[in-house]
Amino acid sequence: MTTLTSKTPAATPEPVAAGSGPWRLARAELRRRTSAKISLVIVALFAVMAIAAPLLSALGGWSPEEFDKTAVDPYLGGQPIGALGGISADHWLGVEPVTGRDLFARVVHGAQVSLLIAFAATAIVVIAGTAAGVAAGYFGGRVDAVLSRIMDLTMSFPSLIFMIAMMSVAKDVNRILLMTAVIGLFGWPGIARVVRGQTLSLKHREYVDAARVGGSGPWRILTRDILPGVAGPVIAYTTLIIPGMIATEAALSYLGVGVRPPTPSWGQMIAESVAFYDTDPMYFVIPSTCLFLTVLAFTLLGDALRDILDPRGSRT
Amino acid sequence: MILYIGRRLLAVTGVLIAIAAVTFTIFYVLPSDPAAAACGKSCSTERLAAIRANMGLDQPIWQQFWDFLAGIFTGRTIGTGQYALRCDFPCLGYSYENSEAVWGLLMDRLPVSASLALGAAVLWLALGLTAGVTAALRKDTLTDKLLMVGAVGAASLPVYFTSMMLIYGLIRTADLLPYPQYVPFGSDPLDWASNLLLPWLALAILYAAMYARQSRSSMIETMAEPYIRTARAKGLPRRKVVVKHGLRAGMTPILTLFGMDLGGLLAGAVITESIFGLPGIGRLFYGALSTGDQPVILGVTLLAAAFIVVANLAVDLLYAVVDPRVRF
Repeated sequence: MTTLTSKTPAATPEPVAAGSGPWRLARAELRRRTSAKISLVIVALFAVMAIAAPLLSALGGWSPEEFDKTAVDPYLGGQPIGALGGISADHWLGVEPVTGRDLFARVVHGAQVSLLIAFAATAIVVIAGTAAGVAAGYFGGRVDAVLSRIMDLTMSFPSLIFMIAMMSVAKDVNRILLMTAVIGLFGWPGIARVVRGQTLSLKHREYVDAARVGGSGPWRILTRDILPGVAGPVIAYTTLIIPGMIATEAALSYLGVGVRPPTPSWGQMIAESVAFYDTDPMYFVIPSTCLFLTVLAFTLLGDALRDILDPRGSRT
Repeated sequence: MILYIGRRLLAVTGVLIAIAAVTFTIFYVLPSDPAAAACGKSCSTERLAAIRANMGLDQPIWQQFWDFLAGIFTGRTIGTGQYALRCDFPCLGYSYENSEAVWGLLMDRLPVSASLALGAAVLWLALGLTAGVTAALRKDTLTDKLLMVGAVGAASLPVYFTSMMLIYGLIRTADLLPYPQYVPFGSDPLDWASNLLLPWLALAILYAAMYARQSRSSMIETMAEPYIRTARAKGLPRRKVVVKHGLRAGMTPILTLFGMDLGGLLAGAVITESIFGLPGIGRLFYGALSTGDQPVILGVTLLAAAFIVVANLAVDLLYAVVDPRVRF
């Protein structure tokens, strides 16, 4: 994964080299790597799928919650009619057994739910983690002590157990919002530690001292001098935690504590399909493949970004 | 060293109490009312009040929490009069569902979860580290690339997907293994292992992939260190350089990871246990959730947290043994 370490130091650009910000470095490197290009395409594909879900399912002609009794065989226990789980011109990816709901419509709507939760949770994690990390690193002293304690505490929580418990105890809340909050709650210490370390190494650089001598207040130094300096690792780390977020959402939905039916999500579709894995394997394969491809694509993308933007840090 | 351990143990206790407090608040403040559930549908007001008093639910929350904490260390008597139950050290309360002591329930299930986690850990360490170190030593060759492509792919497979594939491939189609059923190690070690092999594999594939990626990058970094060059320059055989000098320092980051993962899995393999129907702590937890059995939920959360912090402590202590550069 780290082809960086194989490169000679001379060929490796500094994280924030003069004249090329993290974004430009990232673009250049992404153009160079085939795996990164492919994963970028996959990510874009699923992102478009998620955003345009209603449009796409309208194009397919079925809404995700619409039953189609003509597509399943009532005499075979609701088996989809036709080969490969009922894939046909009418149902592009086949249908769900028993109900005959269109899998294409459910998969694209599932993408919307899964990715929305994963991205929103990532946003919470990144914002909270960066804020905590910068504050702990820059202010030091008591602020650092308190924040670091909270980080340690949060990391000691058995997060999956806790997430499951919180999701199942809270009954009448918006599931998507709750899930985002719960997943986001346990993710921030990782990024906070990375940012804290980075901030510590930046805060006594000459240009920061110069800004301080020049009369900049802490807020101005933090936003103008420190934040741009930690941007590289943060971007890399962000891409690296997205697959984990997607997987966590899927795991919670798989366990039945995530979004409630009939709202589709990949994890929940996989959980439902397990009962039919023997008779209708395609039902299991389709959402699993989507989940696998998305997680894989984000991992490869994150690897590439990490190698260029944060060559040494954040390898927890 | 002893001072350090003492300080850390104090900190561990603090963390556990804090986690207990947070868990307690969340699960006892939220709307569900276990007394009403225990009382049934046709429940008179007096009877409800009696049950609440018996469960200690009429006390203010901090009092309940204090009783709970004190109970862990000294044991306590729950309820009054004829309903009184003596709950001995370490008391985590009684299950609302079947009135069994939570500690006893946890200890009944622990061997299953521990078998699952430890067996899988052995597998994934063996697979992951071998793959990672091999790839690092053959950096940029075909072997390296194939191993890493495999690792990144396997790391992207959710554990329930791998599990289903294994069940389908090895049980349904090939009929090679029995469908997992827990057999205690004491009664038949061979049966124990053959039954657990599938869940072990399912967990190990995922973790081995992550460890292979991690150990590769860590090993590459270590092998570039000046002291490795020194070791080579003084004429040590390559094998010795890799094993004695490289592995030892290269594996320390893996140790941290391993502590967290193993600690997390001991009481947190909810998905694996529920797919394979293994009666471990994860299953106990999952069952308790559906019935709103708060003492059990709280007990599992605490036990899981304890495993994590103790594993972290153990890792920090092991550091000094493994890495000669670490001093307390």
